[in-house]
Amino acid sequence: MKHIAMTALFVGALAVSACSNDRFGNGRFGGGSGDFVAGSPSDPRSPAYFNQTIGDRVLFAVDQSTLSPEGVQVLTQQATWLMENTSYTAVIEGHADEQGTREYNLALGARRASAVQNFLIDRGVAPNRLQTVSYGKERPLEVCSDELCYSKNRRAVTVLAAGAFTS
Amino acid sequence: MTRISKRMGFQLSKVTCLLAACAAFMAGHVTMASAQSNGPLRIEITDGVIEPLPFAIPDFVAEDGGASDFARSISRVIAADLASTGLFREIPQDAFISGVSNFASPVAYADWKAINAQALITGAVSSSGDSINVKFRVFDVFSGQPLGEGLQFSGGAAGWRRMAHKVADIVYSRVTGESGYFDSRVVFVAESGPKNARRKRLAIMDYDGANVQYLTDSSALVLAPRFSPQGDRVLYTSYETGFPQVYVLDVATVGRRVLSSQEGTMTFAPRFSPDGRTVVYSLSAGGNTDLYTMDIASGQARRLTQAPSIETAPSFSPDGSKIVFESDRSGSQQLYVMPATGGEATRISFGQGRYGTPVWSPRGDLIAFTKQNAGRFHIGVMRTDGSEERLLTASFLDEGPTWSPNGRVIMFTRESQGETGEASLYSVDITGRNLRRVLTEGAASDPAWSPLLN
Repeated sequence: MKHIAMTALFVGALAVSACSNDRFGNGRFGGGSGDFVAGSPSDPRSPAYFNQTIGDRVLFAVDQSTLSPEGVQVLTQQATWLMENTSYTAVIEGHADEQGTREYNLALGARRASAVQNFLIDRGVAPNRLQTVSYGKERPLEVCSDELCYSKNRRAVTVLAAGAFTS
Repeated sequence: MTRISKRMGFQLSKVTCLLAACAAFMAGHVTMASAQSNGPLRIEITDGVIEPLPFAIPDFVAEDGGASDFARSISRVIAADLASTGLFREIPQDAFISGVSNFASPVAYADWKAINAQALITGAVSSSGDSINVKFRVFDVFSGQPLGEGLQFSGGAAGWRRMAHKVADIVYSRVTGESGYFDSRVVFVAESGPKNARRKRLAIMDYDGANVQYLTDSSALVLAPRFSPQGDRVLYTSYETGFPQVYVLDVATVGRRVLSSQEGTMTFAPRFSPDGRTVVYSLSAGGNTDLYTMDIASGQARRLTQAPSIETAPSFSPDGSKIVFESDRSGSQQLYVMPATGGEATRISFGQGRYGTPVWSPRGDLIAFTKQNAGRFHIGVMRTDGSEERLLTASFLDEGPTWSPNGRVIMFTRESQGETGEASLYSVDITGRNLRRVLTEGAASDPAWSPLLN
């Protein structure tokens, strides 16, 4: 019963998501600011809970891909959630701030995404449920050119998707 | 999607029998000094530049009604090409004492000397159906002689700008002793939209910003296009599949295909080898980025580096024997040179700060790079062993140098800061002079210069 209700909600979310974000037409949740997220942040089984209550992202120091203690805390909960909600897969996006060349930042974003992926796999999430992508400095969240924004842009975001990967 | 019209062929021939008063140009450049009043007209390009060389170019003579649309336009493009180098200065036409109404008339040297025109360029255009013929001569005013033979081009009228660029290349070459770069194109990324949701598409234009054509739409993020040595293909990185992958695109048909797509990997930073058969690129797997080459015909890949550090931004030497790239194996981004087949790499950058995006000059003598130091970005050049580093620019964010076909000018991306920050294209001489913005319709980044067209 509960399951059916969730599925219906899910489909609605997909439709909205597909219109609101041309970057992800394939049923991913979150990743950008202002995406519609399914469920309520207080429902522990909902993507909204994952994105907002647990937190879908971890931040990094300048030029680093080492997980911070705060990051480890967030990712530990992400891993637990993913283990309990096995119908979801995730693409982990690695991002960099704008201080750096395009190519280097792509490689740096790949390191960050991979650090998160490795952590989640170590905590038991099946490797075939996780993919990584680097956006380098191409998709900043915050647009100012100082550390206040840079610190939020140096991130790895775990973007949930419904179902297995196709390809 | 725009289709690019087929490259037009030009016919080049000599104008009758003018005696070539060809100055003996010394090979190996060096300084640019203004021409002297006795001795052949000549600019030597070096660090010591001074005064640009004054030249006069009367409107080309239209020899028939059909040519009148092109005669003035062609001479204007030639003038703009030459002036844009910073090595030449155009004398305004309202200062002219005499005009040129007939291409065959003798040159009134005294009239041009009186306004201090050191070089005079005259020309005429005639038309026949859809074709036009452009003939021109260059004169060394102070020695009272033609500089080289008169030449003429014939071709389709639609290619009039290219004919103008070819004339300007010849004038540039006769006066500087270097090959020109005006008849060339630039592939770049046209940008639109806000900073946190940029839309990017590949575009191609003449080196001076004219004739823009789009090669992709903006449905997928695209980055860093690079020309093949023949100028017929472009390598670039696209997020078409959701993951960055290297694509190769045919410029004439805009047909594209993914170079390689290996599950779970990302590829980027591609560049052609000098023979156009091999691509060197970065591949990220498991968070680690290394360098690979791939034979385009067979799809056979070869791994060149194997280190936990980041290896990216590779560029071949013009003889194809070496690759310069950036790596943080020492703890920060630095430049390294290794054999094109892989193997031991030698670090060449040792100054303050971080070095990235090295590009080997087409002449083989210099490596251009992006440098980050003390919160600023610079475009610089160094010799291929890392010596004689010189920074040419400084700003909030300069990156991604590309060489003009003659190795004298560098184009790059400059991005302004803050939420309204925007990318634009700039060019600068390897002497550090003549910094100028390349005019594009909207924001633009990641320029890559083609070879001289044929």
